Amino acid sequence: MGKPFVIYERKRGWAALDLRELWSYRELLYFLTWRDVLVRYKQAVLGVAWAILQPFLTMVVFTLVFNRTLGVKSPDPTLPYAVFSFSGLLAWQFFAGALSRSGVSLVGNASLLTKVYFPRLVIPSSAVLAGLVDFVISFVILLVIMAFYGIAPAWHVVFLPLFVLLAMATALAVSLWLSALNVLYRDVQYLIPFLVQLWMFVSPVIYPIDKIPAGALRIVFSLNPMTGVIGGFRWALLGQQFPGRYMWISIGVVVVLLVGGLFYFKRMERVFADVV
Amino acid sequence: MSDVAVRTIGLGKMYRIGAEQEKYPTLRDTMVRAAKRPIERIRHPGAATHTSETFWALKGLDIEVRQGEVLGIIGRNGAGKSTLLKVLSHITEPTEGRAEIRGRVASLLEVGTGMHGELTGRENIYLNGAILGMTRAEIKSKFDEIVGFSEIGHFLDTPVKRYSSGMYVRLAFAVAANLDPEVLIVDEVLAVGDAEFQRKCLGRMDKVAHEGRTVLFVSHNMGAVKNLCSRAIQLNGGRIAREGDPQEVTEAYLRDSLVRAESLEDVEAAIKKLPIDPIFRLRGVVVRQNGYPTTAVRNGEPVEIEISYSLLERTRGVRVLFDLLDDAENIILSSHHDDDANTIMTVDPGDYVSTAAIPADLLAPRPFEVRVNARIGNGRWLTGDGVRIPITVEATNDINTVFHDWLRPRLQPRIPWHTVQLTESSSDRSGDA
Repeated sequence: MGKPFVIYERKRGWAALDLRELWSYRELLYFLTWRDVLVRYKQAVLGVAWAILQPFLTMVVFTLVFNRTLGVKSPDPTLPYAVFSFSGLLAWQFFAGALSRSGVSLVGNASLLTKVYFPRLVIPSSAVLAGLVDFVISFVILLVIMAFYGIAPAWHVVFLPLFVLLAMATALAVSLWLSALNVLYRDVQYLIPFLVQLWMFVSPVIYPIDKIPAGALRIVFSLNPMTGVIGGFRWALLGQQFPGRYMWISIGVVVVLLVGGLFYFKRMERVFADVV
Repeated sequence: MSDVAVRTIGLGKMYRIGAEQEKYPTLRDTMVRAAKRPIERIRHPGAATHTSETFWALKGLDIEVRQGEVLGIIGRNGAGKSTLLKVLSHITEPTEGRAEIRGRVASLLEVGTGMHGELTGRENIYLNGAILGMTRAEIKSKFDEIVGFSEIGHFLDTPVKRYSSGMYVRLAFAVAANLDPEVLIVDEVLAVGDAEFQRKCLGRMDKVAHEGRTVLFVSHNMGAVKNLCSRAIQLNGGRIAREGDPQEVTEAYLRDSLVRAESLEDVEAAIKKLPIDPIFRLRGVVVRQNGYPTTAVRNGEPVEIEISYSLLERTRGVRVLFDLLDDAENIILSSHHDDDANTIMTVDPGDYVSTAAIPADLLAPRPFEVRVNARIGNGRWLTGDGVRIPITVEATNDINTVFHDWLRPRLQPRIPWHTVQLTESSSDRSGDA
């Protein structure tokens, strides 16, 4: 046999990412995503209806509570609050769902980790990707709601995929940290729902970013990468004002989080099977 | 040199074995421990702190397996067999030394990994195949063969949660068996499935070997190792204890692994021979009937197994258990002290006595062995190979006493039967006429 030896030994320090290996496992990524989607819709009695009801009802409650009762307005008088909040929810729920699933994904797949080798990155990544199906369903509902109010999507909509990518990168970046930490500290899985809840209130889902006083506080808010993502969604879909430099701050934060997360994950990967 | 398929050079794997660290440390534990460590350092200078307790599962292991060889790996629980396979299948990283492997490795460490109950057999074939490293095209081309091998037939589109456990295992094994690896790693798959299926699996392994591929086979089944392997090694404490002809290695292993208590008086001696565990001490094992210690028990009355032990640290998931073995080393039944709890229990340090009662009217009149062990969860064994106590069962119940009972299998429970006569037979009637 002319095949070369594969050598397994202890790797020291920060492991290289080994993107080529990851690429060779792309089919596994596809199958695990497909499994997550299939299982999700098979197990839930309401199936797809669930993916429609959840964002829709949230939007209705937001409109009743924040718009009608508390007087939160959309930044543009021609834009109904329902459409405004739903466009934010579209990005937010994708992010929140991805975070909740992939944060616990390594522990949930412990039997895989201890039995078979594959790049462990595949697991949180597939949990993030599985949210795309729900996202597409929500997106269709948004189009229906916009049609109901007689609003056509802005031409910027062609850039929407870029912001979806940004949302995925954000979700993956945070998930890499959380899922790896959860293997070591099971507290993390109790922290995640709480984190998701608080995070929504500091993201401009319910209110427009202009509500935050310009200056230092708004800069702090734009350190939250979801500020950029949601702003980008509203720009692409509804032709709202481009978030400008806040967007670039958000992207910078995502890149830092993602690169840091990848290296942290790769470093911890070696002990997953021994600890999980 | 050119035909070496697997080689390890000075391979070592170290685990930390703080009991608390074994499973699910919480952030709080870590912080508390971090705070405690300096205090411990002051109180016990030079002593190993809690977290630095280590244990070498493998140490300085040099193995060379040539292509086409079937290497049997035997050894007691905790000898390092599973750790070796995990390192070779790239699941865990060695602490020192290295392993070199030529070609694709498939490990049957546990068949059915990643199968999902909600998915159908067809879907699971694709999923499981992908997890084991097959491409979609490869799975497609082998699909019919896999289905044929698994014998699941028209259940192909049924969710596997509705499968019998036999069907489930057959499907899982069929996927793994069709992987065509250069190196196949097999760990005790033969413990599952019925006899017919086990034969099929062994046949498959044999075929793989005959095709010139390399098989590493870990088993407690000495017969299988003798029959299938071309060479065997015995591990002990993470090192090679014996190496060579499977016949000789297995026989030598069986000869010296008999930590058996010939009578209840020998139990103490057997316990002393157990490996020392940092958190668990077995104190004693007594088999009783009607309150009296004995090894000759009557099957008409319950048999009590009383296990006393000490736990030195608060530990999650400690389980004390016994197996009942027949004279051919088959495990007839196993029972854990937490079987009723149905949750993972955290046990405080202290001395304990756990007593199990084997019900009356269960065992057939044959020789058996009670084997007592302790472990954490499904993982680390705390008592090596455990302590064995031979018992003989005498028939004192009135089951099956009219006919000769030596043809009975190992268990002879009292099973309620009910027979009704539906019609009078015609021959009787003609006799009446």
